[in-house]
Amino acid sequence: MIMEFPYLSAILASSLLGGLAIMLIPDHKHSLIKLVAGISSFISLALSLVVFYLFDASKPGFQFLEKLPWLPSLGISYQLGIDGIGLAMLLLTGIVIFTGVLISAHEFKEGGLLGRVGRPREFFAMLLILVTGVFGVFVSLDLFFLFLFYEIAVLPMYLLIGIWGTGKKEYSAMKLTLYLMLGSAFILLGILALYFTSGLGTFDWFALSNYSFSERFQTIFFPIVFVGFGILAGLWPFHTWSPDGHASAPSAVSMLHAGVLMKLGAFGIIRVALALMPYGAKFWAPYFAVLTIVNIVYGALVAMNQKDLKYVIAYSSVSHMGIVLLGITSLNVISLDGAVFQMFAHGVMTALFFALVGAVYGRTHTRVIADMGGLAKLSPFLAVAFAIGGLASLGLPGTSGFVAEFLVLVGAFRAYPLLAVGAATGVVITAIYVLRVLQKIFFGELNAHYVTEGSQAQTADEFSARHLQKVGSSGHHGFPVAMGDATTAEKIPMAILILVIITMGVWPSLLLRVVNPAVIELVGRIGGLF
Amino acid sequence: MLRLAELILIFPIVSFLAITFLTRKSEKLSSAVSISAIFLSLVSSLLIFFSLSQAPGSFEFKMPWFATISGFSVELGFLVNPLSSVMLLVVTGVSFLVQVYSLGYMKGDEGYTKYYSFISLFSFSMLGLVLANNLLQMYIFWELVGLCSYLLIGHWYSKPSAANAAKKAFIVTRFGDFGFLVAIILISFKTGTFNFLQIEQLIKAGALSQQLVTVVALLLFAGAAGKSAQFPLHIWLPDAMEGPTPVSALIHAATMVAAGVYLVARTYYLFVFSGTALEVIAVIGAFTAFFAGSIALVQNDIKRVLAYSTVSQLGYMMLGLGVGGFTAGYFHLITHASFKALLFLGAGSVIHAMHTNDIWEMGGLFKKMKVTALTFLVGSLALSGLFPTSGFFSKDAILIQAYHSGHTALFVMGLLTAAFTAFYMARVFFVVFLSKERSAGGHPHESPAVMTVPLVILALFALGLGYYTGPFGSFVLGSEAGGEHHGLLIPLVSNALALLSMLAAWAIYHKELISSDALAARFSWPYKILKNKYYVDEFYAFCVNRILFNVSRLANWFDRNIVDGSVDGVFRLTRFTAVVLRGLQTGLVQNYALGIVGGMVAVWILLRILR
Repeated sequence: MIMEFPYLSAILASSLLGGLAIMLIPDHKHSLIKLVAGISSFISLALSLVVFYLFDASKPGFQFLEKLPWLPSLGISYQLGIDGIGLAMLLLTGIVIFTGVLISAHEFKEGGLLGRVGRPREFFAMLLILVTGVFGVFVSLDLFFLFLFYEIAVLPMYLLIGIWGTGKKEYSAMKLTLYLMLGSAFILLGILALYFTSGLGTFDWFALSNYSFSERFQTIFFPIVFVGFGILAGLWPFHTWSPDGHASAPSAVSMLHAGVLMKLGAFGIIRVALALMPYGAKFWAPYFAVLTIVNIVYGALVAMNQKDLKYVIAYSSVSHMGIVLLGITSLNVISLDGAVFQMFAHGVMTALFFALVGAVYGRTHTRVIADMGGLAKLSPFLAVAFAIGGLASLGLPGTSGFVAEFLVLVGAFRAYPLLAVGAATGVVITAIYVLRVLQKIFFGELNAHYVTEGSQAQTADEFSARHLQKVGSSGHHGFPVAMGDATTAEKIPMAILILVIITMGVWPSLLLRVVNPAVIELVGRIGGLF
Repeated sequence: MLRLAELILIFPIVSFLAITFLTRKSEKLSSAVSISAIFLSLVSSLLIFFSLSQAPGSFEFKMPWFATISGFSVELGFLVNPLSSVMLLVVTGVSFLVQVYSLGYMKGDEGYTKYYSFISLFSFSMLGLVLANNLLQMYIFWELVGLCSYLLIGHWYSKPSAANAAKKAFIVTRFGDFGFLVAIILISFKTGTFNFLQIEQLIKAGALSQQLVTVVALLLFAGAAGKSAQFPLHIWLPDAMEGPTPVSALIHAATMVAAGVYLVARTYYLFVFSGTALEVIAVIGAFTAFFAGSIALVQNDIKRVLAYSTVSQLGYMMLGLGVGGFTAGYFHLITHASFKALLFLGAGSVIHAMHTNDIWEMGGLFKKMKVTALTFLVGSLALSGLFPTSGFFSKDAILIQAYHSGHTALFVMGLLTAAFTAFYMARVFFVVFLSKERSAGGHPHESPAVMTVPLVILALFALGLGYYTGPFGSFVLGSEAGGEHHGLLIPLVSNALALLSMLAAWAIYHKELISSDALAARFSWPYKILKNKYYVDEFYAFCVNRILFNVSRLANWFDRNIVDGSVDGVFRLTRFTAVVLRGLQTGLVQNYALGIVGGMVAVWILLRILR
């Protein structure tokens, strides 16, 4: 038998080796560090695209299987494989890490947000190792490795926020880590319970999924695993780590964090809780569905009242992850398709948002919304990009956000009509806060804060010209980074994200084609409650 | 036929992409691309229209958008029938004229190419809405026209009022769209389809309960009311006048705001089947017509008069549909598109010359701007429904229908609205064009030909469309034509009323026999209410600022202090325990010895007590 090329291991290796290689580079060789990080993340993205292309959507089940025994005595093996759901997440992770590395490379420039802290070697190494963990969770078919990768994905976050963050970064980093550790404790408890109760002596997902756990067991352990993963997915009321964490983290970390890490939670719920404990899922889904509505509506309401731009985006993530969780708890094919689509859509959209927030902050040196205004004149590209992200966020047709929200609402309506209508009100509130932010930052008159020493800047050109002169001067209003439109280094990653948002909005089959068979199989396993 | 329908959509979207990515730097090229694209769409629409007039019929084209989910396929398609073909003509025709007009109006504007790219995107979206063969597709394009409206109202985005108006328009219509969305989800859940024709068949087959259809129809109407600015969701339209005037003509008078009426017309069978829903739209329509018409009486901004008039006329169309006058209501949509676009463009011509919107800063323009004045006069007469303009035919058809359907109260409201309409249009005309000159700056001059020729063309339509009223009915309804009433008395009464109102306006604003200020003082209380637009905006401001934002603030407080506070509380408790327990670990043997002795004593005492 000819061995197939182990694509999934190659994806893991490309980011892990990239991270390790960076550690060996002397710290002052910034360009080389960025180059290695760029290449490593590009290889991951390219391989994800290859897997996406080679994946045979007509076949059900897992593909690209790899298996190596690791600790046979405990039934642990290195086992990888991917279905449509994992594939969507793999692709998402590839896109977000690549664009995230590009954005960070830009921010490490002289005087940039990260440049002031320095230490690019440690930053990029940690970022790539974190992503190895993320990729690992999406492709693991062994619960031990799934948990291991999960921890690898979560732990570097502490340092990434604590060292390169802004604001009350130590507090946020600690809070985030403690919360996620709490989640991990639940998850570990659940996984061990599955391992020991089955009596099969294996962590093999296939073996466990064929074993039917008793109803009593499932009713007890489903909520434990659900909440454990749910914490990472921002499930209300365990979500408060996320706004603080997002707000303090540097742009690329927020991109990965909201874009991908929160999806780990939702993915874990699907892969472990739903697939292995279908009875528990049926029993508990209606109760958790109520919480998800709180997520959606309450998250949007709180987002509306934020003064800090990053907090707005962070709470909007809480709201949008509620849509994912509502799709999951509705337990039918349409809603789960929508949930996975929303995981992808939100990942891309929120990555774009955090990249933009970083770019805006780099120019204004404030994240207080009230202190901004009229930026569209100075940075038209950023305004357009923000508008597109915002429109995807409020579910405008033509963007990926619409397809996702629509599918979830249609599916949820079949399960819980009233809750679905409640969730739909979140769409209206989202429009309010998104347009409010868009207007306050980009439209209206140029904020007086940008106009220094009483002399009124008349035009954008004049304004940026004056600022270019001021670069380096340390006046209160002096911006180290030239005010002005996005540079090419910023435009490329943002353009990629925008392209994905529009493509998936216009041509959703591209993704649904692979997601749907996996979802059908999953719902078949549950037996379909609704 | 369907190939043509496809082309109608392809031209403007290609134009949008071409301008955005290729010709953005060149103003001439961008406007040329946009105008030729819409011209080609106009030609295609004409071809469709003529071939349908010769051989009426309904053509449907479907293709899957995504059918990947088992048991849930979402399709895109076109439904070309008389109803949509007429609307195609309205959209492409007005859009073409407006774009030509904009060559003059937008000349020298900073956002010139941006303007043309958005107008192209709008034309694409609006045409997609018209051609949609199913509810979901209609919703998709419905949202896209809303986006274009947002972008174009906010064309001068550095003006805070424009940015605010754009946001308001989007959010208020979104409230209505919420109903639309729920309606779509509900009907697809019950029928498994979004398709107009399939739903119609199901209804005819009696597969749906009347109760369900009523709920769906009312939810759809919520969407229609948002888009077509029906009470109480009308508040965004007057503010939308912050956009460039050609945009007001195209989007906020002729096409997009009529989309709500078009939606009701497209799904008319739902409303008819429900009955209750039909009553509701009749009442809301009549009320909106009356209510907005009365506000228009006292506005001083020429565009706002026209905006409230649009709200009022949209109410008229809804009233027409609601009382069973399908052709009457729909025909009014067509005629209104011609004369209201004309009036807006005429107002634009005046604003272009005077650099102000306030009618009291204009005056005596008749001599200086003959073409504008004459075409504006035609538009005003048509809007007032005077014989023999097109407005006469469509408006009186609605009144007749209302009367014969037995809704006397609604009929009277319609009649009063007609009188209001004649009054406020006469007021504007007398003040702007005939009264003595008030030079408030700007040199009044006739606009260039690119602006006046579209005015003349629209004026011809405003005058002549009425003669199409007979064929229109049979064309749109096909074999089901007939059954609508005719009469002579009602048109006579309504025209007499309109003439009287004009006479009053003439006496007050032209001859100044009665001082308008004295009137305002005399009726200060109603005047104040009208001037403040019945305080509806204030009511909403209260709801949003006081209620919604306070709920939001409360949620934020709750999140920070209760949810997060309890987490921090757990943390503090842990630390507190640690601090307390740490006190025991002093490392001094004496302390430990003391502890041991104390413990032994305590145990000894405990044992003594227990014994």
